[in-house]
Amino acid sequence: MTETKKIEYVSYLDRQGEYKGIFSWIFTLDHKRIGLMYLYAIMVLFFVGAIMGLLMRVELIAPGETIMKAQTYNGLFTVHGIIMIFMVVIPGLSVIFGNFFLPILIGAKDVAFPKLNRLSFWIYITGCILAISTQFLKKGPPDTGWSFYAPYSTTTGTNVIMATFAAFVLGFSSILTGLNFIVTIHQMRAPGMKFFNMPLFSWAIYATAWTQLLATPIIGITLLMLIAERLFGIGFFNPALGGDPVLFQHLFWIYSHPAVYIMILPALGVISEIIPTFCQKKIYGYKAIAFSSIAIAGVGFLVWGHHMFTSGMSDQARWFFSLLTFLVAVPSAIKVFNWLATMYKGSIDLKPPFLYALAFIFLFTIGGTTGLLLGSVATNVQVHDTAFVVAHFHYIIFGGMGFAFFGAIHYWLPKMYGRMYNMKRATIAWGINFVGFNLLYFPQFILGFEGVPRRYYDYLPQFQTGQVISTIGGFILIAGLILMVINLVQGARHGEIAPANPWQGSTLEWQIPSPPSLENFDEAPVIKKNPYDYK
Amino acid sequence: MANNTTHTTEYKVLARVLLVLMFFTFLTISVTTYHLAAFSVTVALLIASVKGFFVLTYFMHLKYESTLLRILVAMIFVLYAVIILITFIDYAFR
Amino acid sequence: MSENVKHIEVHRDDEAAKLGMWLFIFTELLLFGGLFLVYSVFRAKYPANFHEGSLELSVTIGAINTIALLFSSMTIAMALTAMQKNNKKLAMQLIAITLLMATVFLFNKYIEWSAKFEHGLYPGSPLMPHLDRGHLLYFSLYFFMTGLHALHIIVGMVLLSVCFFRVRNGGIHSKKYVQLENGALYWHLVDLIWIFLFPLLYLIT
Repeated sequence: MTETKKIEYVSYLDRQGEYKGIFSWIFTLDHKRIGLMYLYAIMVLFFVGAIMGLLMRVELIAPGETIMKAQTYNGLFTVHGIIMIFMVVIPGLSVIFGNFFLPILIGAKDVAFPKLNRLSFWIYITGCILAISTQFLKKGPPDTGWSFYAPYSTTTGTNVIMATFAAFVLGFSSILTGLNFIVTIHQMRAPGMKFFNMPLFSWAIYATAWTQLLATPIIGITLLMLIAERLFGIGFFNPALGGDPVLFQHLFWIYSHPAVYIMILPALGVISEIIPTFCQKKIYGYKAIAFSSIAIAGVGFLVWGHHMFTSGMSDQARWFFSLLTFLVAVPSAIKVFNWLATMYKGSIDLKPPFLYALAFIFLFTIGGTTGLLLGSVATNVQVHDTAFVVAHFHYIIFGGMGFAFFGAIHYWLPKMYGRMYNMKRATIAWGINFVGFNLLYFPQFILGFEGVPRRYYDYLPQFQTGQVISTIGGFILIAGLILMVINLVQGARHGEIAPANPWQGSTLEWQIPSPPSLENFDEAPVIKKNPYDYK
Repeated sequence: MANNTTHTTEYKVLARVLLVLMFFTFLTISVTTYHLAAFSVTVALLIASVKGFFVLTYFMHLKYESTLLRILVAMIFVLYAVIILITFIDYAFR
Repeated sequence: MSENVKHIEVHRDDEAAKLGMWLFIFTELLLFGGLFLVYSVFRAKYPANFHEGSLELSVTIGAINTIALLFSSMTIAMALTAMQKNNKKLAMQLIAITLLMATVFLFNKYIEWSAKFEHGLYPGSPLMPHLDRGHLLYFSLYFFMTGLHALHIIVGMVLLSVCFFRVRNGGIHSKKYVQLENGALYWHLVDLIWIFLFPLLYLIT
């Protein structure tokens, strides 16, 4: 056993404790190691999901059956959705960078409940294994779409029970992580770290954690009801038995709409960190950004019905949800304005993290404004369940959360591994990703307007041009992603040694060595100022 | 060591709360003999809420907890009420 | 990681543990909240069927169970008071009474459920699909809600049993009782949910 009072600096990566080798990772209680394990798991799952997406794009390169049968296609888009939503995007930023940086940003040694943190990681892994096993079990992958809409999900012969149970398990992990982060923020802040001295990423994680905590139980119980319905023929949701399929949609979206904010809020937080650092300027409107995170989380709870405009809701409910949907756009717009105002007259440094932040603002704005198109009832009826919706949410989730994720990894990698990646290659990869992304998804806006439905493996010949452009974009994007990941992995393993503060950031994580030591801070930091004091 | 500032609730107080809860239990059973029609759900929920309030306040020590926690608990119930209300904007006008 | 473990054990933050428990209670409330939402929608749709359904339940058993839970809620609150006053023996007795009351509750539930099973009223039975839709939904909800609640009772009993032994071997004492406090909070949650379940399932007019 090592001595307890050792001032000498040892990186958390080299630290050998009670367990050696791989076990020092499996049994770790260190929030940084847990964050890294999430990173590796999520990167693998992301590529699995991306390959599935690419296969679907190849199927759509020509009308008719190209490389797979309709049922295979149904299974693919369902599992693509389940992997990407429940395993990659919902945990994504908050479990990787939240775990790694939230304690550091608020000056804490670890999260409030390290054992719970480890437990929730292993629950997450269990959920992933359950979900992926549905692919290989006898009855075949679920074909309901990731939304498991009743009554089809109550009657289809595929592995719906296993998939919904997996989503339930993943939700449990999500709740425990959220709980941990809220208590961490309330109880573990360093002396002088008032709520309004917290970096904005912590605010975003705080808002996200509340959403995780309060929304996830609803999907939990809904999925349990769905399982019971399949096992016992209860009939909560199946109209043939007196149930109400619209009720399933209500319950599903009471969770799944806030889940969209679980995905995007940490992304907004990351951007709020990157922009002041690379403009070397105090963030404009700190409090407005902090409160807008809370406002998004709050109002985000009450807008779920805009997914159901064509499901047979009452007219009163439709205008009400439409109104609230427009309201929730306001705090998001406040953030965008504040970021732009921060850049104004800043000394901008076009490094890869900042480029990703710029791409984020561009793509997020397109995604957000097309979201308003979907939020107004009349246009929604026109484009509901078309490729337009697919384009919209990929702009938000991939263009938004995904690009913020890439920005975050480029921003924080030198801190996490103490090494720097190749800047030039990172910039090239960024360019390829940006072009590929827009080629892939922009044509789908147009296709959707022309009436191409989502989730179909076939289409009429006149839509082929758009589909081909989209597929080409898919290949470009995946090439860019592979280049980016190779560059990052090489950087993390063999890159130059990075200084403690390569970007001249002002938040706490840049004040400690790279990579951080086991307990982050040798002595508890005392905070006296706003996190974004430049000059 | 003990950074616990929990208030100690006397046995007497707890026993009295139990009596109050029993009283409301019998009340809620006895009102079912009157035919209140549409109001019967309202009355049942009102009585249950009063009982819940006593459990939260005394048994769960909310009376002696921080203001923050009390606000959070209230917030949860408000949030849930709003969700129910909004769902019924759909069902009530179908 | 031994050092890490040590620093966590030394750094004991009861406030954090309690806040964590409350947050967990919030998620439990919303978990049942989803069920209550389903209940309210179907009750609004089939009020007459729900009334008929409730007539098949025994208000007496429901009332006995309510009183058992309320009483157990008081005893566990008293157990915490006793612990704070350093009265170990009394605390153990009170936890034991709580567990006894929980057993009474589960026993009544067992009687109630088996009566329903005898009449063929259980999810997946051959009789159920022939009932009126509202009737079917009422019994489905009845089993789902009371079943999930009973599961919580069992979890609560496990938690309190752990507390009992921790009090006995001195793991919980008058200076360190947050585990008992959290166990008690969980038990009150179970009581709180039953306070709403009872009138909504048994007393429908």
